[in-house]
Amino acid sequence: MEYFIQQLINGVTLGSIYGLIAIGYTMVYGIIGMINFAHGDVFMIGAFLSLIAFLVLGIIGITWIPLALLVVLLVSMLIASVYGWTVERLAYRPLRGSFRLAPLISAIGMSIFLQNYVQLLQGARVRPMPPVISGGFTFLEGSDFPITVSYLQIVIVLLTIALMTGFALLIARTSLGRAQRGCEQDRTMSALLGINVDRTISLTFVMGAALAAVAGMMFVLYYGVIDFYIGFLAGIKAFTAAVLGGIGSLPGAMLGGLLIGLIETYWSAYFSIEYKDVAAFAILVLVLIFRPTGLLGKPEIEKV
Amino acid sequence: MNRVSSIPPELVIPSGAAPLLTVEHLTMRFGGLLAIDDVSFAAGEGEITAIIGPNGAGKTTLFNCITGFYTPTVGRLTLRARGEAFLLERMDGFRIAQRAHVARTFQNIRLFSEMSVLENLIVAQHNELMKASGFTVTGLFGFRAYRNKEKEATDLARYWLDRVGLTRLADINAGNLPYGDQRRLEIARAMCIKPTILCLDEPAAGLNPKESGGLNNLLNYIKDEHGIGLLLIEHDMSVVMEISDHVIVLDYGSKISDGTSLYVRSDPNVIRAYLGEDETEELPPEIVKDIKSDFDPESRGGI
Amino acid sequence: MMIESNNNPRGIDIAGLLKESAIAALVALGLTIVMLGLRTVDTTTGLGITTRWPLVAVAVISVFAGRLLFAFRREWKASKGPVSRDRKEEEDRAATIIKRFSTIGGPVFIAFALVLPLMPFADRYVIDIATYVLIYVMLGWGLNIVVGLAGLLDLGYVAFYAVGAYSYALFAFYFDLSFWVCLPLAGLCAASFGVLLGFPVLRLRGDYLAIVTLGFGEIIRIILLNWYKFTNGPDGISGIPRPSFFGLEFKRTAVEGTQTFHQFFDLDYSSMHRLIFLYYLILILALITNFFTLRIRKMPVGRAWEALREDEIACRSLGINPTNTKLTAFALGAMFAGFAGSFFATRQAFISPESFTFIESAVILAIVVLGGMGSQVGVAIAAVLLIGGTELFRGLEEYRMLAFGGLMVAIMVWKPRGLLAHREPTIKLHPDKGPPPEAIKAVTEGEGK
Repeated sequence: MEYFIQQLINGVTLGSIYGLIAIGYTMVYGIIGMINFAHGDVFMIGAFLSLIAFLVLGIIGITWIPLALLVVLLVSMLIASVYGWTVERLAYRPLRGSFRLAPLISAIGMSIFLQNYVQLLQGARVRPMPPVISGGFTFLEGSDFPITVSYLQIVIVLLTIALMTGFALLIARTSLGRAQRGCEQDRTMSALLGINVDRTISLTFVMGAALAAVAGMMFVLYYGVIDFYIGFLAGIKAFTAAVLGGIGSLPGAMLGGLLIGLIETYWSAYFSIEYKDVAAFAILVLVLIFRPTGLLGKPEIEKV
Repeated sequence: MNRVSSIPPELVIPSGAAPLLTVEHLTMRFGGLLAIDDVSFAAGEGEITAIIGPNGAGKTTLFNCITGFYTPTVGRLTLRARGEAFLLERMDGFRIAQRAHVARTFQNIRLFSEMSVLENLIVAQHNELMKASGFTVTGLFGFRAYRNKEKEATDLARYWLDRVGLTRLADINAGNLPYGDQRRLEIARAMCIKPTILCLDEPAAGLNPKESGGLNNLLNYIKDEHGIGLLLIEHDMSVVMEISDHVIVLDYGSKISDGTSLYVRSDPNVIRAYLGEDETEELPPEIVKDIKSDFDPESRGGI
Repeated sequence: MMIESNNNPRGIDIAGLLKESAIAALVALGLTIVMLGLRTVDTTTGLGITTRWPLVAVAVISVFAGRLLFAFRREWKASKGPVSRDRKEEEDRAATIIKRFSTIGGPVFIAFALVLPLMPFADRYVIDIATYVLIYVMLGWGLNIVVGLAGLLDLGYVAFYAVGAYSYALFAFYFDLSFWVCLPLAGLCAASFGVLLGFPVLRLRGDYLAIVTLGFGEIIRIILLNWYKFTNGPDGISGIPRPSFFGLEFKRTAVEGTQTFHQFFDLDYSSMHRLIFLYYLILILALITNFFTLRIRKMPVGRAWEALREDEIACRSLGINPTNTKLTAFALGAMFAGFAGSFFATRQAFISPESFTFIESAVILAIVVLGGMGSQVGVAIAAVLLIGGTELFRGLEEYRMLAFGGLMVAIMVWKPRGLLAHREPTIKLHPDKGPPPEAIKAVTEGEGK
């Protein structure tokens, strides 16, 4: 039982990271109806940005953790956003209304490009990161199976909740959110009503990238090692989360993220750690076959 | 022993033709939206049946149910042709075209635009060719049966290309044709599946008056020379009134009128649906007259 | 001022151009300042940072200059008035060249491939590379059936390649079967995998299909990696038997009671014999793939693939069974990957899961995309350029995938159907002559009057 609870805590932490990445997939899918294959790599870039920022802060001598976290968060969100914007501008925008497979292939090309770009610039070897936030609460200390909740896990979950709340408000209350929902429904009509569709789509990519960067920072802090390849698996899992939750639905993305995180953790804990990635893929396939609209998605009516 | 009296009134075909397609109590619901609400009618063999109605009346949804793109929530769709009866609502989408030979065109033309005009017509004969090619196996080795069948298919394609006047352009990409030609090519392609019934979704949309006249001739030719029943959705009243034997009017998913074009034209329900209930009184009489004349081919002839 | 505006009726807004370029440069600064400017390095005390500011400056300046040139050229062209007519003519000319190239290029390519081992420069190294390139030509042609003809984006194509390679290796290992027995079996295995994987997912829309195939590719690799008892896991399988030439082995000394290739033909023993044999073997396999594809394009199923690529809904309205049709494309593509895989296994004599990563799928896809989806000659040329080219520039290995990724984006933006995309109709009503251009014109212009 204690082991189960410990895994629950770990699973929720992992799920928060997946959920934040999944939002980027689901938003882009909602607005332009395509899978942004390069999104996982933007997350990976976010992780590298955070790592570098932490190192620089360490050299400068800023060691007060809340300040360091804030600075790193801002830097990686800002620069990752520039990446998100550029990816959209170069690889997707020129292809709107093009041949059906073109944006997909372009997205895959972009993903391969970004992976190798980072490999070239930052090296192929695994980058370790010394723990920044250590310590935590331990429950049931005397028993055989103490349960630990690290401060880092608390930070990750709280930060995710805060960002999600802020983000939900942004979509629900601001004119940007309204423009975005408008474009999701009908792009031509939105354009006729004076919404700058190009700008709205760009901003969608920017927001997705910023959230992925936060996930990247959490990943660095939580796992302590990154390489240029982490975006591939994390991206697929987050995409699975988005599909599981119902693609296009923001609460769905978060719910899907949590579920994927939990499934993966329990799978590793109780079945086999080697096949943990197979679990995510298997879920993806099963969901797509049996419930393509996901848990919270709306049914899609085929337009003839 | 009056045969007519045994037919429910909503399924009566004005000319008394044998029913080709019978739609009974068709209902289609999307989530909370009731797109079609208990619609029943029958389309006669060898007749042109038009379905008209304002935007959002459920015409295209009705078509999609008949041609298998949607599975109706409730209702029965029976097609009686070539000595067989098919229950369309129970068939998989593509089987409706494959087995029951229900052909259709689309409101926004769907051609294989990167393939040539001729190829579009050959693809339409896929199932027959597939059989003749021994499901590809004997065809790959160049057996004569397939080559003969392919020649037959080309002949049928040429026949329809001649009818729609595209023979000269047979080898260029369908996507490079001008709009009017694309519409006609789509009809020719639908005819290549050797249909029992041809469903046309707004065939006259976007055509100029000359092309629209040509379309009427083509549809009449299909009906008269091939004895094929046609079901068409149309906004262009001149087309509807001129060539339809039977008109069905839908509004908000329900059938509001059913009869000959003459009958429908004077049905107060129809006029109300097109003009709106209250507006009729507020509109100046000459506008009302103008709109009414839309239903009347004779008064349009002078334009 | 007057003179300038006379030359340029619209004038070029230099300030605007500079502003546009400055914004681009600013974006470039944002992209590079951390990722390029700072590099993490391993030091004795953990990770350290080194700086590369000059490189950042170079990047930013070149983006500024590049954008300025690009924008200037655009404005300059615009100021000369509409050029649509020229462009149309240019496109027509390009299409004619591509068409001529495709018809002549094919036979020339095949003829060259046939005589290559007889060339004076064809040493061990050249034959080796040529064999390697031909594997990719074959894979490209196989994937072309799936992506180019049927329009199904398969990102896990390498899985079928792996299935082919492992089925040969395992059949040979457990049942001691020869290459010639295993080759069809491997193809069959891969095709069955194609059907098995394809059946549940082929009704999904294009991008879902892409990610599911990607997932399947990874699952197969993970299983190969972890099922140690069966596949020997990451250590791979070695000692895979070599193929024989109608029972004649390529060995220096024969096994008791048999003859070797060089004894039978009364030649001196040379290890080149086997290499040349392998070369011709893959050449024949690749050509079979090619002729099969060319032939099946003219079959009803081939036309249905292309029709599905163009419009699935229209296909359904014509009574074509979309799932079965896609499934045949998927299975046939998988089968050729299986053949190629078993050839790969016999050539290397050693296989491990490392050879079947997603990168391989991406490379094969890049070949198909670059060559022009559906164009056989284009795929062959792209394989030669991408695989042969990177073999020649070994020193630039680390830029290889970077360039592939960049190329895929650039080609899609510039020519979405691929560089050598030219499609000849599979059947013609007027086979001897092209359609009279004036006929097209007459119809195009005559309508609506």
